[in-house]
Amino acid sequence: MPSPAFHAPDTVEGAIALLAADPLARPLGGGTDLIVQVRSGRVTPSSIVDLKRIGGLSGVRRDGEAFVIGAATPCTSLKDDAQFSAAWPGVVEAANLIGSVQVRNRATMAGNLCNASPAADSVPALVAAGATCVIAGPAGRREVPVEAVPVAPGRTSLAAGEFVIEIRLPAGRRSGSDAYLRSIPRTEMDIAVVGTAANLEFDGEGTCTSARIALGAVAPTVVLVEAAGAALIRTRLDDAALDAMAEAVRAACDPIDDKRGTISYRKAMAGVLARRAVRIAAERAGVKA
Amino acid sequence: MHAPETMKPFRHIGTRPVRPDGVDKVTGKALYGPDFKAPGMLWGAILRSPHPHARIVSIDTREAERLAGVKAVATGRDFPTLESLVMHVGEGASDIVDVAHNCLALDKVLYEGHAVAAVAATSPEIARDALALIEVEYDVLPFVLGLEEALAQDAPLLHDNMFTKGVKPRPDKPSNASMRVEMGAGDIEAGLAGAAVTVEGRYTMEPVHQGYIEPHACVASWNGDGQAQIWCSSQGHFSVRSLTASVLAIPQSDIRVMPLEIGGGFGGKTTIYLEPVAMILSRKSGRPVRLAMSREEVFRASGPAPGAIIDVRIGADADGRLVAADVEFKYHSGAYPAVDAGAGVSSAIGHYRIANTRVVGTEVLCNRPAAKAYRAPGAPQVNFAVESALDELAARLGMDPLELRLKNAAKPGDPQTSGLPWGKIGWIECLEAAKAHPHWSSPLGPNQGRGIAGGYWGNYGGPSTVNLSVAEDGTFTVATGSPDIGGSRASMAIMAAEVLDVPYEQVRCVVADTASIGVSMVTGGSRTTFATGMATVEAAGEVRHLLCQRAARIWGASPEQVQWRSGEVVCLSGDKQGETMSVADIASRSFHSGGPIAAVSALSARGWLPGFGFHICDVEVDPETGHVAVVRYTAIQDVGRAIHADYVEGQIQGGVAQGIGWALNETYIYNEEGRLDNPGFLDYRMPVASDMPMIEAVMVEVPNPDHPFGVKGVGEVPIVPPLAAVANAIKAATGKRLNSLPMSPERVYAALHPEG
Repeated sequence: MPSPAFHAPDTVEGAIALLAADPLARPLGGGTDLIVQVRSGRVTPSSIVDLKRIGGLSGVRRDGEAFVIGAATPCTSLKDDAQFSAAWPGVVEAANLIGSVQVRNRATMAGNLCNASPAADSVPALVAAGATCVIAGPAGRREVPVEAVPVAPGRTSLAAGEFVIEIRLPAGRRSGSDAYLRSIPRTEMDIAVVGTAANLEFDGEGTCTSARIALGAVAPTVVLVEAAGAALIRTRLDDAALDAMAEAVRAACDPIDDKRGTISYRKAMAGVLARRAVRIAAERAGVKA
Repeated sequence: MHAPETMKPFRHIGTRPVRPDGVDKVTGKALYGPDFKAPGMLWGAILRSPHPHARIVSIDTREAERLAGVKAVATGRDFPTLESLVMHVGEGASDIVDVAHNCLALDKVLYEGHAVAAVAATSPEIARDALALIEVEYDVLPFVLGLEEALAQDAPLLHDNMFTKGVKPRPDKPSNASMRVEMGAGDIEAGLAGAAVTVEGRYTMEPVHQGYIEPHACVASWNGDGQAQIWCSSQGHFSVRSLTASVLAIPQSDIRVMPLEIGGGFGGKTTIYLEPVAMILSRKSGRPVRLAMSREEVFRASGPAPGAIIDVRIGADADGRLVAADVEFKYHSGAYPAVDAGAGVSSAIGHYRIANTRVVGTEVLCNRPAAKAYRAPGAPQVNFAVESALDELAARLGMDPLELRLKNAAKPGDPQTSGLPWGKIGWIECLEAAKAHPHWSSPLGPNQGRGIAGGYWGNYGGPSTVNLSVAEDGTFTVATGSPDIGGSRASMAIMAAEVLDVPYEQVRCVVADTASIGVSMVTGGSRTTFATGMATVEAAGEVRHLLCQRAARIWGASPEQVQWRSGEVVCLSGDKQGETMSVADIASRSFHSGGPIAAVSALSARGWLPGFGFHICDVEVDPETGHVAVVRYTAIQDVGRAIHADYVEGQIQGGVAQGIGWALNETYIYNEEGRLDNPGFLDYRMPVASDMPMIEAVMVEVPNPDHPFGVKGVGEVPIVPPLAAVANAIKAATGKRLNSLPMSPERVYAALHPEG
């Protein structure tokens, strides 16, 4: 079996051309999923297109009312941006639960998104945050909500020659915050049995004005539970509201039994962790839940 | 040489110098098994069975042999026809026929991952591609994984010639029970009937893996003249030599095994998997051949510790005196007979004085990899059951669990389960130290609980060879045949420097290959500091004696006129009275005063003593998730006398860490097809650093009177008590008794929320 060809283009257009020319080509961000899959024989790309040499694809920048995270930005470097970390602590903590420190020094959120694992840690946090991503391809560029990218375990909506070049999150003045929690048997270096993200906004009185709750590892793709968010809006996160939210979360779960967890445990944990994530997000926003 | 009760203060014993192999290891320069390469080396790869149980109808290797770059292909047919011969290699005994067939299956595959064929090629990629060209026709057979299923009347038989050993009369039908061991005393049923309080329970666990970081790997080069060299890491290169020579039916002296650094073994590297296969491929190709397992192969095909079903009944009188203990367990032996049941029986209840006992262990064959030794092999499983049951008994009695243990603890002279009396053991000293330790009386927080458990391991002595030589400049080299897996080079250097009364750095220690030192048993059974240490002390004493003799000769004095003092020779009388001669002086003149100075000690060390440990564990249980955090852990152990204190504490901490992993999350998961579903460190969940509290190791020193420095083995004891210590702590925190390992968050949650 021949080794895959390796390309390291320095422009987005160059990468598109390479990806479009070879249906078995795979883009490479940090490589922390792709290289493992190649080594294990799970995927056999004929060529690998490294995105890290492309100008502007690494780092966090401001673009008007948005934070822009380049597709090749490693998770650990998100922590270096004080403004981004203050605005989206839940996204930063989710991205920095993936693998180990060494893995996070390479791994990217765009890669985490496009690997399309239902258990991806950063994706529920991005979905809760209302993040979008910009996709470049032979037909030009398009911007979609991140939840539109994964369509099934290991499968994305990206067309031939397309790849994610950046992730965008709101950068305007916030009156809320976010949080991400996951259930794992150990304390780190693990894969989410359940992941829950909460992104909340409050008015000056501490009443919730906006709430987005997203779940990982409980369905074929990350789930945005609109009913769970709705249960919190116009409340001060009283017990009844939290109970209703947790009930909506459990109802939205459609998990499988596997070696990492059972259906019943996953459903139960989704409710428990969603409550805790909501509390943490509220505390971060300065609201007592 | 015997340890006096009161010794003069030591110069080196019990200190903490830097290990001589440390810099190479922390800078990445040390050569481990997979690091070694030889000129002209070929890359080997092994084809493994996808079926847990199947007859091999045919193996067609012709296409693979035709692939460009493939230099050799091997199957089980390449082994010579072997007669049954059981070899004891320390912490295990194996029939060489089984060893050969485990390296490459002959007629049947007995587990998923069983090696079927091997290739050697000019690149790893070609070797991998060649495997895909080998056609194996299987006649798939029904398989069995569970202990009770394997013992059922209609169970598929792994070996149709297996008649349970230890059963009289010999069974008239073959079965999957390979061995039964029973010990006991008194009248168990009468004892239980007369007890004021009894508890009984069934405790279970699946197999767990030793989890060494370094996968098995070797390079073998077998020349046309019949002589061969093997480079590999193992717990005993002499065992690699004897096993490899036996399965290939060649003289041991034709194989020279070079020991590479070992990246963890824990008992799992006391056998061979790859070496004979690499040898066969090397002979066929005329080139050195490398074979290395992937992590997945390590999990699928190398030895786990047995899983178990353990039934326990224990009774006490109203005062909490234990009157009867009945323990019956079944251990997974996997594809071939193993020997953990014997150690399990003798490690079950011997730490207590009980008049009426019955301990029965059965080894059960099943379609899993052949079980191999894992740190105190056979002891942690049964200890989990016994020490959990004792906790229940203490609760029934309304008695402090530590007092219950103290009241019944065995002391020197009391009978072991075998009936032989205990020697100078320090079990009660450990219990007293626990009672006095601040941990025992410290307060607990919300959702926290404290558990305790005690246990022991028999340890061992056995054959070791040491060569201690003096260099021309008066420095010393200790060569042993014992692979260094726990800091033994540092410990040997300490002991030699103590005897010679010279600086630690003046003594360096190496692990010599099988052609450069005499036979030494595996580093296992917690024997090395004891036995190889004894040989080191003996050799150092002999060298000291030779140096005195040589100085006397140079001075023209009689040996009685000189004495060893502070690392040099002093003349006590005559015209040289008061003069001293350094080792450097003597060594520099050695060539003209009788030749180089060296001594060999080759001995079979006797007088070993078991080690006892007592552990205190605090956990905090998240009642909403079932997640268990070990928040404080204290391990108290009778270590005889600590030679290098850091490495004794390190052994205790390492054993506890592995025990906590076993207790909380580690387990083999097989799917319905009989295939291992978690052959990697992501889903085979060993603990990571952040899962661990600081483990406080408390060394209790009750010296062994039969060792020159009082050494008792320390490495295996600490994995024995943690399973029950954690379970008892969870019980204390939650009120729920978990009888099955691992006590994963999901299991704990289910116990706390039975409604779902």
